[in-house]
Amino acid sequence: MATSDIGDIQVAERALQHHFADMEQQRDTSSFGMWMFLLTEIMFFGGLFCAYLVYRASYYQAFVEGSQKMNIVLGATNTAVLICSSLTMALGVRAAQMGKPKLMVILLLITILFGFGFLGIKAVEYHEHWENHEFPGPNFHFETGNPAHPASDPQHTQIYFSLYWAMTGLHALHMVIGIGLVAWLVIAGLMGAYTPHYYNPVENVGLYWHFVDLVWIYLFPMLYLISKKHGV
Amino acid sequence: MATAVQTVERENYLNSNYGIKSWLLTTDHKRIAILYLISITAMFWLGGFFAMMIRLELLTPAGDLISSDTYNKLFTMHGIIMVFFFLIPSVPAVLGNFLVPLMVGAKDLAFPRVNLLSWYLYMAGAITALVAMVTGGVDTGWTFYTPFSTTYSNTHVIGAAIGIFIAGFSSILTGLNFIVTIHRMRAPGMTWRRLPLFCWANYAAAIIMVLGTPVIAITLLLVALERAFHIGVFNPQLGGDPLLFQHLFWFYSHPAVYIMILPGMGVISEIVTCFSRKRVFGYEFIALASIAIAVLGFLVWAHHMFVAGISVYAALVFSLLSYLVAIPSAVKVFNWTATMYKGSIRYNTPMLYAFGFIGLFTVGGLTGIFLATLGIDVQVHDTYFVVAHFHYVMVGGMVMAYMAGLHFWWPKITGRMYPEAWAKLSALLVFVGFNTTFFPQFILGYMGLPRRYHAYPPEFQVLNVLSTAGASILAVGYVLPMIYFVWSLRYGKEAGPNPWNAVGLEWMVPSPPPTHNFDETPVVTWEAYDYEHQPQEEVTVGH
Ligand code: HEM
Ligand SMILES: [Cu+2]
Repeated sequence: MATSDIGDIQVAERALQHHFADMEQQRDTSSFGMWMFLLTEIMFFGGLFCAYLVYRASYYQAFVEGSQKMNIVLGATNTAVLICSSLTMALGVRAAQMGKPKLMVILLLITILFGFGFLGIKAVEYHEHWENHEFPGPNFHFETGNPAHPASDPQHTQIYFSLYWAMTGLHALHMVIGIGLVAWLVIAGLMGAYTPHYYNPVENVGLYWHFVDLVWIYLFPMLYLISKKHGV
Repeated sequence: MATAVQTVERENYLNSNYGIKSWLLTTDHKRIAILYLISITAMFWLGGFFAMMIRLELLTPAGDLISSDTYNKLFTMHGIIMVFFFLIPSVPAVLGNFLVPLMVGAKDLAFPRVNLLSWYLYMAGAITALVAMVTGGVDTGWTFYTPFSTTYSNTHVIGAAIGIFIAGFSSILTGLNFIVTIHRMRAPGMTWRRLPLFCWANYAAAIIMVLGTPVIAITLLLVALERAFHIGVFNPQLGGDPLLFQHLFWFYSHPAVYIMILPGMGVISEIVTCFSRKRVFGYEFIALASIAIAVLGFLVWAHHMFVAGISVYAALVFSLLSYLVAIPSAVKVFNWTATMYKGSIRYNTPMLYAFGFIGLFTVGGLTGIFLATLGIDVQVHDTYFVVAHFHYVMVGGMVMAYMAGLHFWWPKITGRMYPEAWAKLSALLVFVGFNTTFFPQFILGYMGLPRRYHAYPPEFQVLNVLSTAGASILAVGYVLPMIYFVWSLRYGKEAGPNPWNAVGLEWMVPSPPPTHNFDETPVVTWEAYDYEHQPQEEVTVGH
């Protein structure tokens, strides 16, 4: 056994919490816990998805008109950014598993950059909507921008925007938390916390990150791409 | 205490270290259970105080003691505190936290720090809700129906909603911890078929906590957003749909009633078999009935909305599905009865409470079937009949079970016995007081008295006075244990590891258990509830 290997195992033993029998049990347990947590997250977003389905079915035209205010180019770019970030995240987990902590740190830093890129683009979009009074509440004002087709149902388009802000806002909040978690991995990684024998925090944060991406993969078509045909 | 001087005190989770920090930063599941015990007890008394105010107001037909606005706030705060801050955490967070690791033979729950976090979240939620209550109160009812809660109420709805939102995450984390622990932390030989029924029941409740609670969280968040920003999601004036709120609310809150009963059923399964000195009848059925209740419980929520304007066909389906839930519930009741049949029953306090549970839960469950019957519900919806129904299951059922469990495991938790005679008296007072309080409400509701009003027509006075009188007896029944439990900490007889001569891993460790629970990981080679092979006489445990 190479000396570095013995060092690795020592790091792993220090990471073993007292109430587990061995590393394997600890690893199994923590990833099982993460999956359970993601299940609760699905239910959490589920309430909003349910509201979306109900109102989209009832006020289809109003939703189409709302969605045509979305900036598809920015939305698609953001989708691409997130998919790339998932790739670097996955590669980062792989690097941790292979015992390449430096590579892991670099990949995670890139992931963080992508995360900020996403939030930046999202902020630009939010700003546009805010300027156009497309924020629910007393100042809400909606026009299609096409005099030939005035807004058919601005009141219900407001519900579209309520859901848009709530869903993307909650998603953005998850991104912020995710960036924080990845940053924590970077710091711990720099201090040599992870080895091929102990890297389940990296794995778990990875799972979380992919989950948050996946939510966006649904949000994007639901909010941006409802219909081109029934438009204005 | 002359003997204490001679024997060196054995190290246990209570005396392993001292100081406020050692409690507030503990990750020991047993200490966290104690933290929960203290906090939910405080909430119970606060909720009980509001209940007494309600009952006092209802002593006379005129609304003379308190104004209708205050009355609305009282029953709302009573409901919020009792449901979200007492009953939901009661058995799981106190007894479950303490016992699940011991019962499965683990040193702790899977995620001890998450467990501590859950207590802090509970406290943060409770304090937020309390601040909302102190600074002006809430008057929407614990159900937060829209658009009243979102548009018209002038009270602190947002604060209360955020409080419940935060406490919800504490419940989610507890549930998650139980599920993972029961899957991954069982000792060698502790197979699913040997798993104590208490763990099965908490496992089933945990499934609901994990799947249901996030939905109420997002729903209350939407209520808060609607109030703050008028986003219109639940406001009919803006095209929103208040029924959607009710669907989302009950999608959690009906299953939540099973969060509030399943762990109690687990307690009863343990006690009935122990005090009948017989293997529990139909172990598999009781275990799987818990899971069946958890699953079916998710499919019946709209029985709260029969008169709210859902379609007839939907109502029919939900009515039928609600009947189905009664089947696994009845399976349990029959199995407990069959366990007692020909058993050598001992009438200790936990068993008395368990008897109370079985009888009162049966009444509560059966009246649930009445309510799930469309024609009857139209008549009694939003009357005292509903109030009586849910108090029979929640107080007659779950609080009884919680008390049963507290008495049963008190010797394990503290190492001391409670005074048996006083405890029997309290069980009796609770049973009598409870029935006097709530049985009249079935009649009141059947005669048409609506719930949630501070005044009522004079012809209803007799039954209301009876109910208030019963509530006072009930209060005495709850004050007594409070006193003698505290008393027993100092003066109670030493319990020894297994005062009930019960089976189960938690009885094989000393009382109070050492911090690490087991010196070495136990290996289970026997079947669950093997009481037939236990000595029949109470053994005084050797030292
Ligand atoms: C046997 C199974 C049960 C059935 C079929 C059942 C059925 C019902 C129905 C149909 C209602 C609505 C009545 C109305 O508002 O018109 C109701 C209300 C209620 N039930 Fe049950 N129930 C059952 C068990 C339970 C249990 C075990 C609990 C709690 C531990 C519980 C707690 C409640 C509560 C809190 C309400 C009133 C909610 C409110 O409007 O404030 N029920 N039940
Ligand atoms: Cu229900």
